Amino acid sequence: MFAELNELLNASPERPEQGKLTLLRDTKTDGSFLVHHFLSFYLKAGCKVCFVALLQSFSHYNIIAQKLKLHKLNVCLWIPSLLGLLPRGFQQFSQGVSLTAAKERGQLVFLEGLKSCFDVFFGEEQHVGQTNPLQFVSKDGSNLKTMYEFVRTSLMASGSDSWKCPVLLVDDLSVLLSLGVRPVDVLDFIHYCRVAVCSQLKGNIVVLVHSNDDSEDEENELVVNSLCHQSNLILWAEGLATGFCKDVHGQLKIIQKGSSELKAEKNLLRIYQYKIQDKNVTFFARGMSAAVL
Amino acid sequence: MAALATGGATPSDGATSFQRKVPASSRLAAIAGTRPSVRHGQLLLSSGLPSLDCVLGGGLAVGTLLLIEEDKYGIYSNLLFKYFLAEGIVCGHNLFVASAKEDPADILKELPAPLFDDVHKNQVDEKETAIKSKQESQESMKIAWRYQNLPKMEVSPAASARFGHYYDVSKTVSPELLKSIKWHRFFLPEEMSLHPEIKTCNMTCGYTRLLQSIQRIIYQEGFDGSYPQKKQKNILRIGIQSLGSVLWGDDICCTDNPEDIFSLTKFLYVLRGLLRMSLSACIITVPAHLIQNKAIMERVTNLSDTVVGLESFIGSERETNPLYKDYQGLIHVHQIPRLNSLICDVSGTKDLAFRLKRKQFTIENKKIINIATLINN
Repeated sequence: MFAELNELLNASPERPEQGKLTLLRDTKTDGSFLVHHFLSFYLKAGCKVCFVALLQSFSHYNIIAQKLKLHKLNVCLWIPSLLGLLPRGFQQFSQGVSLTAAKERGQLVFLEGLKSCFDVFFGEEQHVGQTNPLQFVSKDGSNLKTMYEFVRTSLMASGSDSWKCPVLLVDDLSVLLSLGVRPVDVLDFIHYCRVAVCSQLKGNIVVLVHSNDDSEDEENELVVNSLCHQSNLILWAEGLATGFCKDVHGQLKIIQKGSSELKAEKNLLRIYQYKIQDKNVTFFARGMSAAVL
Repeated sequence: MAALATGGATPSDGATSFQRKVPASSRLAAIAGTRPSVRHGQLLLSSGLPSLDCVLGGGLAVGTLLLIEEDKYGIYSNLLFKYFLAEGIVCGHNLFVASAKEDPADILKELPAPLFDDVHKNQVDEKETAIKSKQESQESMKIAWRYQNLPKMEVSPAASARFGHYYDVSKTVSPELLKSIKWHRFFLPEEMSLHPEIKTCNMTCGYTRLLQSIQRIIYQEGFDGSYPQKKQKNILRIGIQSLGSVLWGDDICCTDNPEDIFSLTKFLYVLRGLLRMSLSACIITVPAHLIQNKAIMERVTNLSDTVVGLESFIGSERETNPLYKDYQGLIHVHQIPRLNSLICDVSGTKDLAFRLKRKQFTIENKKIINIATLINN
């Protein structure tokens, strides 16, 4: 979880929002740092998370999640708070989370897409059965029903659970199109998930997609545009138009949709630039990178 | 950390009784030809070209895929393919060679011969050592005279313990060296005739067979850790030549509207799963310039880890351009993976050109080439 991003989004793990669809989008750069942010954010907030990880292995996310460790947000910490001049709330630490521990206590349900696909492809027909979430790879149909069922059963509240709102996290949706799923089926899947997770269970969905301005992948652009219209918050990470730069790795557009459709409020658009470091990502206003100042 | 990785090379003579303690858990260094990355402890392999290793941030990570977009006539991509396999031979890794047009045995016979340290160094440093030895014999130690008669300490690591080697493209690898490693083959025309029809999973037949062959080798030889009692671990280097071409039974290179555009991407996805769960690395060359449907190449790039495109000057107007007279083509690094970390070790330069000499394939910064030529002219 990146403390600076929490500030920009005015979000806090103590009071996560509910019923929202957040779209993470990247163009000409890698936006997966946003996925890591939201994963540790919701785990920190005490929500039950269903993570559909289609591109990377579990250990990759685990190692990074543990790295996002003790990080001082505010320089004011140097002043001893014993003086009582500063309120306690000024101090914020963001600690790493262990995904293995979260899995064991039942807070995290992790679907490793690569492993499931391996089982479907190399496993015996009868053993695989009908319940593997990535079953659509072997059959002709591009039916994501089994994946939806998996998501629904894992986020359904069981009696002993004490977790807050459930969260579905998908990394990344563009891979499904490469596996033979039609765009309309991908959109159906998201729609079903929104009904189940956002409206019925009052949870959140966070989805990562890739996109490109001059892309020739029309199916992908169709899915991305459709999701843009449906989502409440869009975080769009773009590579700089001027090319590679060592100190500024990209630009982040934050588009917050007007909260009330009846009042037709305008979308709020803010643009920041960011630099990714080993354990943290720093955000700053355009042109205000530390290297320049 | 690099020092630990070599397993603590102690001086070979008995001059001192001080022995560096070898760390008990040196399992990271147990596999020949690999070294742990400084940033995230990921095991790295050499791609066969030290200058490409630099560009990729130290080397190729174990469990990842290196995709090479072929140049127009496939000459230089084939060379990179051979360097990758030759590096595996020198390091003692196992090889898996798959091709639809050349018999894998023939591919292996034509691999370039490695240049070992002593041979290469002797030729280059002959003159220098001649001058130095004269000076040394005349001087004698004045203060530390007790140590004069001790033999000189020399730590000469074996050639295969180094990371990254140089190859001589004019010579082929010796048959003895070939015999010393274990390798597996997949030649598509042979496989199609040997085995009857099998279930496909809606993928082109050739791809399905290749995946099953790779999975069988990984499982049988224990690269996925299925034999924990096997002490000596090794790496499997997989090389697949010209994937996506017509010879594999795929028509994405022939037509604008191929019948099945998902075969190649499904193949890459399943392969990614196989690589991530085993101690292996894969190089694939793809004739990207023949694929009309650019959406496929975008999806292929997203599903691969490292993507490098080659553009040769043969037949283009740049061949006669004085700026590029010493160079054979350009290298575009399209993607470098971020594994186990938010950032990746990428070099700052993006405009790269390559030059092939008999004993070296170097990759250099294009801007420096341009400036140097302008100064010279």
